[in-house]
Order: sequence, then C-alpha cells, then structure tokens
Amino acid sequence: MPTMNMVQSLNSALDVMLERDPRVLIFGEDVGYFGGVFRVTDKLQQKHGLRRCFDAPISEGGIIATAIGMGAYGLRPVPEIQFADYILPAFDQLVSEAARLRYRSGGEFWAPITVRSPYGGGIFGGQTHSQSPEAIFAHITGLKTVIPSNPYDAKGLLIAAIECDDPVIFLEPKRLYNGPFDGRHDQQVKTWAGHRHAEVPAGYYSVPLGKAAVAREGEEVTVLAYGTMVHVALAGIEESGIDAELLDLRSIVPLDIDAIVESVKKTGRCVILHEASRYGGFGGELSALIQERCFHHLEAPVERVTGWDTPYPHAFEWDYFPGPARLAAALKRVMQD
Amino acid sequence: MMSNRTKLSFHVPEPSTRPGDAPNFARFEIPPAGTVRRPDSAVAEAEIRDLPYQLIRVLDDDGQAVGPWNPRLSVDRMIDGLRAMLLTRIFDDRLFRAHRQGKTSFYMKSTGEEAIGAAQSLVLEREDMCFPTYRVLSWLMARGYPLADLVNQIYSNERDPLKGRQLPILYSARDYGFYSLSGNVGSRFGHAVGWAMASAYSEDDKIALAYIGEGTTAEGDFHEALTFASVYRAPVILCVTNNQWAISSFSGIAGGNETTFAAKAIAYGLPGLRVDGNDFLAVWAATEWAAERARTNHGATLIELFTYRAEGHSTSDDPTKYRPADEPGAWPLGDPLDRLKAHLIGIGAWSEDEHAALTRTLTEAVRAAVKEADAVGTLGKSKPGVAEMFEGVFKEPDWRLIEQRRELGV
Repeated sequence: MPTMNMVQSLNSALDVMLERDPRVLIFGEDVGYFGGVFRVTDKLQQKHGLRRCFDAPISEGGIIATAIGMGAYGLRPVPEIQFADYILPAFDQLVSEAARLRYRSGGEFWAPITVRSPYGGGIFGGQTHSQSPEAIFAHITGLKTVIPSNPYDAKGLLIAAIECDDPVIFLEPKRLYNGPFDGRHDQQVKTWAGHRHAEVPAGYYSVPLGKAAVAREGEEVTVLAYGTMVHVALAGIEESGIDAELLDLRSIVPLDIDAIVESVKKTGRCVILHEASRYGGFGGELSALIQERCFHHLEAPVERVTGWDTPYPHAFEWDYFPGPARLAAALKRVMQD
Repeated sequence: MMSNRTKLSFHVPEPSTRPGDAPNFARFEIPPAGTVRRPDSAVAEAEIRDLPYQLIRVLDDDGQAVGPWNPRLSVDRMIDGLRAMLLTRIFDDRLFRAHRQGKTSFYMKSTGEEAIGAAQSLVLEREDMCFPTYRVLSWLMARGYPLADLVNQIYSNERDPLKGRQLPILYSARDYGFYSLSGNVGSRFGHAVGWAMASAYSEDDKIALAYIGEGTTAEGDFHEALTFASVYRAPVILCVTNNQWAISSFSGIAGGNETTFAAKAIAYGLPGLRVDGNDFLAVWAATEWAAERARTNHGATLIELFTYRAEGHSTSDDPTKYRPADEPGAWPLGDPLDRLKAHLIGIGAWSEDEHAALTRTLTEAVRAAVKEADAVGTLGKSKPGVAEMFEGVFKEPDWRLIEQRRELGV
C-alpha cells in the first residue's frame, strides 16, 4: 500500500473522484495549472483537463455562489477556499444559501458542494492564515463540518463528503499536511513516513461522516479532539502518564454523540482540546452535551484546553497554541477531583 | 492659517421630488420607440458600447410596434402575455386584500412590472431556469402554475408546497423553471451563473436567467456574478429590474444618477442592453437576443429593465411617506398591461369586450383558487404536520433533529 502525506492523500481523493464521476469538478484560487498553494490539486488539471480543475477569480463569494448553482444543476463541485481565514466573504452564501436551499425549497433544490479549506495554526501564519472557524459552521443548521487528522481519514472523508448530498465544509489542518505535528514546535519536524495512518490505498474507499475514531484506548479520562489536536493530545497524554482515552471526532457535524457518551461514561472524566479560541468555541457545545448526558457518571468538571480568547497572534504563536504541556496539566487537574 | 485649497463637499443624492411635490421624471431622457439599432446577437461587445446608454423600445406612444427590435409576435403569443400580466395583477390585488383581511402575514405585488416575467417566461424554454426576485410572479402565471398552490404557499397551510417553511411569496417551482426564492436580496445572482456554467460544462443546451433589483446591484453578489459570467462566458441572461425604488431609497442611492445600470456591463466586457421594461415587446425582443447569444456560446448579457414599482415595497410599506402619491401615474413609460392591450386593440386583434370578458374569467379563477385555499385554511388555521419542521435540514436528519422532534412530541 502506498505511503502518502495528507497533501498526497487529498490529491488522490480528488483524482479518484474526478475519474469516477463526471459531475465532479474543482475550482478555486490558484488550483488549476499551478495546483494550489499547498499543492493539493497538483497535476489534476493536466490529467483531467482544463474544465475539470480550473482557476477562479479572487472572489470567495463568487466561488461559493457559482458552486451552489452548479450543485443545484446536478454537478458535484469541490471548490477550494485558499485559507479558511478567507472564507468569510462567502459566509452569506454558505449560511443563507447552501445551508438553507433544500429546506426552504421544500426539497426541490439542494447544494451538494464540498468546500475544502486549509485551516488552523502552527505555521507562523499570523492572524489571517491560522484561524480555526469550525464552531461558526457547526452553529449553522444545514451545514456539515468535517476535519480529518491523518492521510487515510483525509482521503476517505473527502470522498464521503463529495458523495454527500448536503453541503460540507471540509477543513484541512494545514500543519498536518506534511507530518503529524504534536505541538512540540522546538523539536525536529516529523513526516508521515512510517505512520500507520499514512498507509493509504491508491483507489476508491470512503470513511463515513459522523463516526469518531478511538485514537487511543484508555480508562481514566476521555480526551476529545480533532484535526491537529489529535496529535497534540497523544503527546499530552503521554506526558501526563495518565491512561486517557482519545476520541478523534473526525466530523463535528454530524457528531458521533454515541461514541462520546460511551467513552465518558466509562472514564467519568473529560477534557476537550481545540485550537480555536474558547468562548463560544465548539468545546462549549461538547461540554454541554456531556453534562446533559453523562452528569451522573462524571467524577470531575469537564475541562477545556483551547486557544486563548485573542485574535491569532504572530509572535506569540506558541503561547497561544494549546500544546501537550497544557493538556497534560489539565489531565492531572481532572484526575485530582 | 487659511488654506488655499478648495473645501471638500460631501454629496448625498436625493430624488427630485418628495411627498407634496408634483411628480417629475425630467431627469430621464425617453427616446422615441424604434430608434435603437439591433445588431446581430453574435456582435462583439466592443461594437455595442453605445447600447447601454440608450433605451430599446418597440411600442410607441400610439401603441404601434415599430423599429428593428419588433419581435413580430403572433397574436396568440401576445395574448398569452396579456393574460399572464392580467392574471398577475388580479391575483396581486386579491392576495394583498387577503393580507389586509388577516389571512396571511406578508405580501408583495409586482404591479407595473408584469411585462418582465411574462415576456421572459414565454421566451425561455421549459428546461431553462430563472433565478427570480420576489417581483416576477408573472413568470409563473405565464407557465400556468396552479393558482391554489400559490395561495396555499401564501397561507403556509397544510397544502403549502414549501411545507410551511418559507415566508409568503418566496416560491420555489422547479418544474416551472423557477429557482427557490429567498428574502436575502441578490444572493442567487451568482447561482444563475453557476447553473449556466454547469450547463455548458455538461454540454447541454439550457440557459439561465437571473433577476436583481437596481438597489441590489450595490451588493458584491452582483459584481461577483458579472465577473464569473464574463470570465467563463456563461450562457446566462443577467437582468437588473430597475423599478426606481428600493423600499424608500431612490435609484440614485444605488448609483443610478451617475450612469445607467446597463452600463455596468461595460467594465466586464459584457453586452449591456437598456430596455423599456413596461414594453412587453421590447422585453421579449431583448431577451430573445440575449438568449440567442447565450445559446450560441457568445456568453452572458446584462439587461437593464427600466420600469417603475407602482405600489409599495410590500404590505409593510407606505410609499406615500417618501414619494409623491401620484408618482406612479406620471411614469413616462405608462403601464405595461395598458400598453400591450392598446397595441392588440390597435391591430384589431383584441377588443374592450374581450378584455372585460378575460378580466372576468381570470377574476373568477383567482376567486376560486382563494376559496379553495381558504377551505384548506389561512395562516395559523391550518399548517403542515409539525414534523415537517425537522425535515429537509439535511437529506437525512441527524440525531439532533430526531431527538428534538421527539422532545417536541411530533
């Protein structure tokens, strides 16, 4: 089985779907001949032709609006927004149109679009190349939001998203494109080589939306994470010496509530880890769900380890970024209760 | 120290008249009908940059069809159009009253703009798609959409085709080439371009037509759509219905004092046509021209339909608060229904008696449709099963929706 990094596995997913389904087409800023600023669409235009993978004007609103029109026609567009930080000009299209079209038209029209966008920090990208906007989308009824954490899942989830008849926001943790980053920024950069989730089939397969993965089995506390934070969590758990269970949520809408409840009932403790700022973040929703469903099983308050409630800073990236040490400290705190 | 520099002055445009003033449309130059040239539909855009500043008219002040844009329609086609326009007006009046009677929450009329949807609906093919605004009911009327279902939608009752989920008149009618409406203005303009791109991508022969109000041309959606339509040469007709008023803001607030809305096309390298929107034949001819251009891979056209919103914005609006009460009657391009009727009578194809008989027939049809919907139930008296509230959020409901539906007990 080939070894792929996440850029290659996403490229493979797009390649497979362009091959399998003539309704699939890709467009976005710099995605055509050049192959995208992160190379995810590399050579797809050369292989599948100009009309299947082409450059778009710098117009996120226009990209999503035309994608919705194409989806309503019967195509399966996979537009790229170059950075998730740039998605906001398209916000009205995503909220008022993509998410609402099926509902308001009584099922006459829908928008089966998959909006790919690199997100998250850890690359010294400053405020406009680092943000994690997933909670904004999770709040929008009618949108699905998917976040892979490794090359195998990235390919399978992207294929499932393209095949989904609902609009999907597909957030790619850009710090994971080339290797499993665990938050220890002062150590040598790792690649995906040799990682068990970098074994990626060359052909078609899918990973269902809404199914969490147990990234580490454990008994004492449940850690909930997605994207880059899955790898940070593994490092933090190791650092803490605590036997924690780690769930990689993989998608936050739909959310695998059963897996969360089962794990928290087993361990009686939960720490939520995300890169986005805390207040109004998705951790708040997770915490509320656990409180509603697992209250009598809880031995300690649910903790959140997150980015601070500041804009994403440049010089202070590693002060902002919730690394393994902060998680380890939180795990120790909840174990004291 | 005093400066020699000119003091800057801040400009806020105002309409020429306000309530209490005599209506005055002197700012608009209205050329005689039949004077604008009609180029071949495959003409290079660079050859027709004068057209956005002119006004394509076919029906002259005597009701004669004149000039190169005369589409030379059969009498039957014109009567189809007249019927759709008349039906729209009767329906609007009846349903506006239904709102005043408390039968629904909201209504918007198309009065004065009926020629637009009627003509364009008849020019385009059944497989084409229009991306409407809320003032093109005549599109559906021209295609025979069931009247009772319109009323059921307006009442959000048990038989509402949109299952009680959408504000009155924000219809969706896929089988009638009528895309889902929304209360957010402008946000479907780019969908039409994408839909047209998809048709071209699929090597189909369908084209799209989109509407936007002149006020909404100030939104980014408009400029994004024109950019994409131009770049990808999309087979789409982009229409600005310039009815002079965006709720209480006159067209100058959208830039209409500085240039025409058709002229916005020039910067995108698209043909721009400026058309008398109250002239059924001119709307027909311009649409036919743009459709032919789109179908032959010559790309998009921007059409400004120069018209006048003869009534308030909606049931929540009182236009006498911001414009002269008698302004509608002073519109220099008259009433679209009266003008087509006069033309048909003028050529001996129609009579006052026939018109009165048609009015009676259509009034009766509307009355029957309202009666049928009344029997199902007006707003609040009847509604679809509440379970419908939880359907259609996604293709399949997720656990949240299933649990919440159970929590509500429906």
